[in-house]
Amino acid sequence: MSIAIAVGLLTAAAVYLFMQRGMVRIVLGFILASHAANLMFFAAGNPAYRAVPYIDGAPFEEQADPLPQAFVLTAIVIAFAITMYMVTLAITTTTDDDTENDEESPAKVLYGERRPRPVGPPADAGISDTGDTEDVAVKGVSTESGEIAVESGDDETGETK
Amino acid sequence: MNLAEILPPLLPLLVGMPLLLGAAGAAVRKNKLARHIISMGTLSAIFVFSILLVIATRDGTVLAHRVGGWTPVDVGSEGETFEIAIPFVVDALSALVLMIISILGIASVMFAMATHEARARFFHPFVLVLMAGVAGALMTGDIFNLFVFIEVMLLPSYGLIAMMGAKLGAHGARIYVSVNLMASTLLLVGIALVYATAGTVNLAELHGAALEDPAVAIAGGVVLTAISIKAAVVPVHGWLTRTYPMTSPAVTALFSGIHTKVAIYAIYRIYSLLFDGDERFLWVALLVTSATMLIGVLGAIGEKTTRSILVFHMISQIGYILIGVGLFTTLGLTAAIFYLLHHMIVKASLFLSTGAIEETYGTGEIEKLGGMLKREPLIAITFMAAALSLAGLPPFSGFVAKFSIIQATLEETHYWVAAVAVIVSVFTLLSMLKIWTGVFMGEEPKDLQERALTYQERMHGKRYLRVEAQAETPTLTVGPPTSTTMAVLSGEQAVKVPAKLIIPGALLAAVTIFFGLGAEVLMSLSATAAEGLLNPEFYVEAVSGA
Repeated sequence: MSIAIAVGLLTAAAVYLFMQRGMVRIVLGFILASHAANLMFFAAGNPAYRAVPYIDGAPFEEQADPLPQAFVLTAIVIAFAITMYMVTLAITTTTDDDTENDEESPAKVLYGERRPRPVGPPADAGISDTGDTEDVAVKGVSTESGEIAVESGDDETGETK
Repeated sequence: MNLAEILPPLLPLLVGMPLLLGAAGAAVRKNKLARHIISMGTLSAIFVFSILLVIATRDGTVLAHRVGGWTPVDVGSEGETFEIAIPFVVDALSALVLMIISILGIASVMFAMATHEARARFFHPFVLVLMAGVAGALMTGDIFNLFVFIEVMLLPSYGLIAMMGAKLGAHGARIYVSVNLMASTLLLVGIALVYATAGTVNLAELHGAALEDPAVAIAGGVVLTAISIKAAVVPVHGWLTRTYPMTSPAVTALFSGIHTKVAIYAIYRIYSLLFDGDERFLWVALLVTSATMLIGVLGAIGEKTTRSILVFHMISQIGYILIGVGLFTTLGLTAAIFYLLHHMIVKASLFLSTGAIEETYGTGEIEKLGGMLKREPLIAITFMAAALSLAGLPPFSGFVAKFSIIQATLEETHYWVAAVAVIVSVFTLLSMLKIWTGVFMGEEPKDLQERALTYQERMHGKRYLRVEAQAETPTLTVGPPTSTTMAVLSGEQAVKVPAKLIIPGALLAAVTIFFGLGAEVLMSLSATAAEGLLNPEFYVEAVSGA
């Protein structure tokens, strides 16, 4: 029962955070959501059995189900990696995903002035297909200006610089 | 030589080899050539391996292997056995999908090498890890490992989409990561529910579980919903059209054939095993697929760039492919599997041929292009072939695919689904004509050449010497000298799409003609795959006997 309540609370909080505009809040939402999923795995493995699941470690009848534990371990690792990546995405742009003010953008907070517009394809390079993407193309991203490049950002252009 | 005995122990290599070589590729810092060779070599090896798998499974044989050689152990007092091995299973369906994906991988990487994207240090390693994830997701016989392999497949994709889209902004990457993480979390919840209700995550052991127990059916529904998000089925399709055009054409082509299609494969596999083709839920699938077909094609009408039109069509085609799951008859599944294989090739070909124009002329906007038929006849032919195939005209593979799928719906007397399929075909043709008239016909815009030069200079750091257009009469120009910017190149220096950008798309277009003319062979292979889905007993037997 306590697990069910915890899952419910975590999910509610996660959904609330998903509805926010800032990327960091969305990332926090995902952290909570993955906790909820992990708790469900524990519930699936029946948490009443708590002994160490080693052979001869405890009487077989008392051993916990090791499978959900293995699942949760795997899921935590994956979720952690993706969360880190999302946090990186949150700071590599000055213009925020949605309608967030520039002042609140983490990159703005971290680096003060807005980065200059990078050299890239012209604004019409096939990306002005939806309304709000145009906006991004105009304002640009600062990944190529060095300091806050995404992974392999320095490499990706190869000889194109 | 008996392939069915030799191949199963080698199955883990399909996952391990690309992972290992991908790491090796990442370790080679300076040597671009070495990375190119490693990547193409691995992709070719996967292609050869998958052909062997198709040959081994063409008669309905199911290959299965327990990774690590674990066998079910006797744990309980009542002689209960406990499954701890990770099963890898290959039947005709997974072998065929893997074969087509490896062809796509080769074509897309060739294209990326031509555009110099592949020179980035992590491009090839990402592609190889992606292939490892795909191979794992197609082979795994365990629903939790399906989740793990889908994640293995997605993580390098996050890298690719951000890396190649860095010049366009992280906007696309953010939506892509968020939606996929959302779907993955939901998938995880679904798997937890399946484990809680059925007590196992092994697909073979889950055979028919949803048919017997409504609780498992609900859990399976959550799993299918999560996978549907990844397959971009209407009403959860919105992310696709906002992310795929936001990266480079090569990556779009690669993703178009991989992510949504692996998800479709998973839907087929799970519905066949977990639900055992339960007839009670088929109407839901038919309703959803009809909506997907219709909304996808209508969405394309408002789009202005070639790639975003094609992405909307992708959604509509996903609807066609999933009709098979809504029918779950021999003919329906055969047609749908044929459609899936045909679609992967054709779509990637379209993305690559329009991408070649985009990469050369610096824009994919229909309004800013024109007259390409005269300028780039080869691309025009490639595009025409693939577009007609997509719309479903003979002699291309699309005709066979569409004809048989409509035949299958009529056989089951779902006349309205057949009607939607026909109407959507007409709209597809119209959309393709829109690209055709806008990009290939008509007048060449005056600034086309200059735009292309500017784009090339920016992207590839080249400098073009603009030879001044010597007018026939050396007139005295009045006004400011604008010659440096408005100059025209003489004929032989004019920008043209290089052959290396044309070849990958043309190659795939040739494959669709080959599939259309030699449909018999592929159709019989699809029929074998369909039989495998209709009679999952062989799958179950192979897993328990491995």
